[in-house]
Amino acid sequence: MINLIYYELLKIFKKWRTYIGFIAIGILIPLIEFVLYFSGQGIIENTTKRLEQDFILVGNLFNGWFVTHLIMNSLWIHIPFLICLVAGDVLAGEASAGTYRILLIRPVSRNKILISKYIATLIYTLSLVFFLAFISLGLGLLLLGTGDLLIFKDGLLILPQDELWFRFFLSFLFASYAMCVVSTLAFLFSSLVENSIGPIIGTMAVIIFFFIIGNLPYDFFITLKPYLFTTYLDVWTLVFDEKIDWSLILKHILILSIYMLSLFLPTYLLFRKKDILS
Amino acid sequence: MNELVLKTNNLTKTFKKKKAVDSLNLEVLKGDVFGFLGPNGAGKSTTIRMLFGLIFPDCGDIEIFGKSLKNNRRNALKDVGGIVEKSDFYLYLTGYKNLELLSSLSGKVDKKRIFEVLEIVGLKERAHDKVKTYSHGMKQRLGIAQALVSNPKLIILDEPTNGLDPQGMKEIRDLIKELSSSQNITVFISSHLLNEIEQIATRMAIINQGKLITQGYVKDLLNSEETKFFFKIDDKEKATNILTEKFSITDITTLEDGLECKLKNDIIPYVNKSFVESNIKVYAITPKRTLEEYFLSVTENNEKY
Repeated sequence: MINLIYYELLKIFKKWRTYIGFIAIGILIPLIEFVLYFSGQGIIENTTKRLEQDFILVGNLFNGWFVTHLIMNSLWIHIPFLICLVAGDVLAGEASAGTYRILLIRPVSRNKILISKYIATLIYTLSLVFFLAFISLGLGLLLLGTGDLLIFKDGLLILPQDELWFRFFLSFLFASYAMCVVSTLAFLFSSLVENSIGPIIGTMAVIIFFFIIGNLPYDFFITLKPYLFTTYLDVWTLVFDEKIDWSLILKHILILSIYMLSLFLPTYLLFRKKDILS
Repeated sequence: MNELVLKTNNLTKTFKKKKAVDSLNLEVLKGDVFGFLGPNGAGKSTTIRMLFGLIFPDCGDIEIFGKSLKNNRRNALKDVGGIVEKSDFYLYLTGYKNLELLSSLSGKVDKKRIFEVLEIVGLKERAHDKVKTYSHGMKQRLGIAQALVSNPKLIILDEPTNGLDPQGMKEIRDLIKELSSSQNITVFISSHLLNEIEQIATRMAIINQGKLITQGYVKDLLNSEETKFFFKIDDKEKATNILTEKFSITDITTLEDGLECKLKNDIIPYVNKSFVESNIKVYAITPKRTLEEYFLSVTENNEKY
């Protein structure tokens, strides 16, 4: 099985499209951080101006942690797209290239092939999110230094710097887990078609559609919201509460796991009985 | 008794109410170069896809080396290699890496064997070039290499000469003969060209519209039917008389440089002898048999009985 996963990873990382996500992050994040480095101080000043009447704010609040948190908040709708580029291609790409015909004629079960492809897809997803973490935190801390983290969430919250490594590690871990649901959805779509464009568009359409209906302030949509997986994609933000609510995080993780399982199961059932006609 | 390597039992597959393969019973014996003939759309590729488990039959079963593909896929395909339709590879990987990846799926990666098969198909020098730089013929040869890489006892080739130039076709045919004779590999090869199968196969089956038309030894099947022959000769009038009077052949077509008529294979030497004895210069005797004509004659005969 390890062998199969190795060769699936080899296929993923030998393709040019795999690096689009890394290149996009590698350009975009430094660009944002450099712009913030030169002109971002205003964000903090504007926000804290009113507070300075009542509080004395000391230390470097415009720091690498703050910028990374800002980037994470603004990019979470874009990262799924970069994930879909690869996850949507893992199965559909084999169909469109005709390589199923050399792959599935081997004396190895389809289940093993599917599972190895799925695991390789998840590894890619984790690597992309951790690359984002590495670039944004690494460069952020290097450029802007460290300090306490200022968060605007139901008011103003300042998290002490000695907790931040742990909190950011958890946030990226949970963010990766949430992105695995996106990968699984793209993987399901990828098993249904013979062209990777369909799964990319399909996955993004579902995410955008769910985000929109999950945020509409009408009773019907409010009732629907707990059943949409997009509601739980922000699980990573929960580690930035003053007191981490572990039971709430566990609930989010459980629901995301159920989603992942219920998206993978049809993929598995369809793939093992699918006629390869490409 | 010859050992049965591959057997299909009432293999049937339907696509949108159309039977692509209809109750097909094939028997491939050990050491056979088994030609699987049929016109385009006859159900050859569907059958081959079913032999590899790419397509699931509606009913019927496939036994390979006595193991049911349905119940024991892994063991049934353990000693089988092949090409299904055209050879597609991971274009962004090298020829060597493709074979390494594919052989890992069959068990252990044997680097020595990979270079051995690349040498057999004449691609050793290009082993570390990306497949996207290969020509069509080279990809077909790499297809043969991937079929051989796991030391199979049976290889199933779906129209391996498709799209190749005459030289490429000859190379593939020679390679198949070589594999069968020196490496003792049973070969199952599909084609829509009767003359191609005639040149390399020991046994053959013919299907049309998903149904088996006939199956048996190539020699027996082809010799039992009358074939159209072209005689390139100098004296057409004298030759016509000989064919009519001595061999009772009446349906003769006179052409610019010779004549054409239908007769059985086994009387060709006698016709030739008669021509030579009558001082007719014989430049060539060429069978002009097409699959379509062969179908017609088989179908006509089937209808007679």
